[in-house]
Amino acid sequence: MGKARASNAFLQVGAIVVAILLTTLVLLAAKAPPLAAYANIVLGAVGSWDVAANVLVSWVPLLLATAGLLITFTAGLWNIGIEGQITLGAIFTTWMLRGLQTSGIDPSLIIPLSIVAGMAGGALWALLAGALKTFGGVNEIFGGLGLNFVASALNLWLIFGPWKRPGVASMSGTVPFAPSLWLPTISAQSRLSPAALLLALCAIVVVYMLLQGTHFGLRLKAVGKNPNAAYLLGVPTWQHMMTSFALCGIFAGLAGAVQVTSVYHRLIPSISSGYGYLGLMVAMLAGFRAALVAPVALFFAALNVGSIQLPIVLRQDSSLAGVLQGTLVLFVLLAQGLRQRLAGRG
Amino acid sequence: MTMEFVLIGLAGVLASAAPILFGVIGETVSERAGVTNLSMNGKILLCAMGGFAVALATKSILLGFLAGAVIGGLVALLLAFASITLRQSQVAVGFVLTLLCRDLSYFLGNPIMGETGPRLSTLPIPLLKDLPGIGVLLFRLDPMTYLSFVLVLAAWIFIFRTRPGLMLRGIGERPAAAYVRGANVNRLRYLYTVAGGAIAGLAGPIYSLSMKAGWKGTISGLDGIGWIVLAITIFGGWNPFRAALGAYLFSLLQWLGLVLQPALPGVPSQVLQVAPFPLMILTLLFVNIGNAEWVERSLSRLPEPVRRRIVKALRALNATPPAALGTPFEKD
Repeated sequence: MGKARASNAFLQVGAIVVAILLTTLVLLAAKAPPLAAYANIVLGAVGSWDVAANVLVSWVPLLLATAGLLITFTAGLWNIGIEGQITLGAIFTTWMLRGLQTSGIDPSLIIPLSIVAGMAGGALWALLAGALKTFGGVNEIFGGLGLNFVASALNLWLIFGPWKRPGVASMSGTVPFAPSLWLPTISAQSRLSPAALLLALCAIVVVYMLLQGTHFGLRLKAVGKNPNAAYLLGVPTWQHMMTSFALCGIFAGLAGAVQVTSVYHRLIPSISSGYGYLGLMVAMLAGFRAALVAPVALFFAALNVGSIQLPIVLRQDSSLAGVLQGTLVLFVLLAQGLRQRLAGRG
Repeated sequence: MTMEFVLIGLAGVLASAAPILFGVIGETVSERAGVTNLSMNGKILLCAMGGFAVALATKSILLGFLAGAVIGGLVALLLAFASITLRQSQVAVGFVLTLLCRDLSYFLGNPIMGETGPRLSTLPIPLLKDLPGIGVLLFRLDPMTYLSFVLVLAAWIFIFRTRPGLMLRGIGERPAAAYVRGANVNRLRYLYTVAGGAIAGLAGPIYSLSMKAGWKGTISGLDGIGWIVLAITIFGGWNPFRAALGAYLFSLLQWLGLVLQPALPGVPSQVLQVAPFPLMILTLLFVNIGNAEWVERSLSRLPEPVRRRIVKALRALNATPPAALGTPFEKD
């Protein structure tokens, strides 16, 4: 037992070392000084209170998206459509804010209402992917991808059409909302909202408890492991799949709502910022364990924020963060396979 | 609209379907063997960047295309190793690879962004190019477009009319039976996954050395094409001819979007560009809905002649994936 655990730890660490080595090779291939690049990322993520706060700002949507994805993963579903669900969350939030901003209702009521609208929007989009899957036989990966493109088209149409800025529509998004409609942040310059942070932390705790400590979580696991067997044992399969889609959509919609109310204060073209896809990577790297999601998501957020300065300081593309994240997940998957193979032989 | 304009436009449709065809045929070969290669979207970007970089450095278009095929094959080899040998989920590994390849192409392609490199020229075929009508449509294209026609035909003949093709279908449908009949299932899966990856890899250089010559990073407009390719593979029902139909329909829709733009001033261009995607969902729905259980159940309530007609229509559209798609094979 102890030996197996030691070799597991060895493989995990080995995977991380190999991933970093490979990323270093990529840096050398791009004629970039690797140490300077890594130092730049670390400084860019924790070098000052401001950048550290920015890491938390990007941690929030990533944590929310991953929390939702854990539910669909448990049900055995690949909810790639989460990007569109985040976008729809942002669209519904903007819609509600636009509708109520001149109504005279107190902002302290408008903000929660619009956030709830965002959650509903995300759930709606997720249910659409779920319905395509359960009733139309369309694989959730392709249904979801298609819906992602539709969501971004809808978003662009709104920004360039009905919700365009007075005068000329532009890629910079819709007219910003009045500051009274923003989620309060820790300081006037910062985009870090304590309320959003709290929501994200609650989300991951709720998902952890839902999956670990409830009957529903157990049945969802049964559906994910073997839908046919679960069905024969009396677990209504499609209802559970739809519920898991809806729940994931709610968290994704919340992520979109947070982006609108506390980060951008308006609707922008790429409002989902790839957090949904990144959330899939976080969930995989965390081995689909809720307890590990928060630290892994924090690390990924730090890599993203840390690499923003790369183009300015080292004239390198900031996609280096994605290269490192991708190789990490890839090699952790490979190490996992290697471990299972070794265990199977021994 | 003159006849000439339409013919040139349609010739453009044939050319812009070429990279999609290479991607779809490559994926079809791989999936026929039982391996879903989800890395397509990132792979096309990486092969486009890599192919352009090699062509730029060596001044050789041929080497550029070769580089695309090699990169595509290597990415597929990695997927084959992870999913066949290490038995990890094909979807998980493929998804990671698609994001990784995309970011790699943006990072490594940064220094060559915006450079002008060699570009594949068209190859009008003597005599035939002057035929009225079809000369413009079919015989003034570039070599890769001609090759895409050959590829579809060759793939169909290989899959459905040769012995190795029969074996290819066997290892994707009933690997255990193929194994009993002497096929080394896993080795063949390696072979076809890598071959499919290399064919699909050629899609990249077709963009970067011909259609959208050059490398422009995130604004290359190539992000998203790979997902379309995967959807068309399903639409095509793992049959090269039907897949070709899907690819041409898609390209035709995109061209119509461009042509109709001036006629629809109220619709922003961004919306028309993504119009094929909802249509893609709809087609996938039609292709798959015949497989759903509730459809069968509700159809059974209809009067027999109506039911039979609907079932017939659904079956014509229907596509069933290779039975062992996505599942690893074990000898015992």
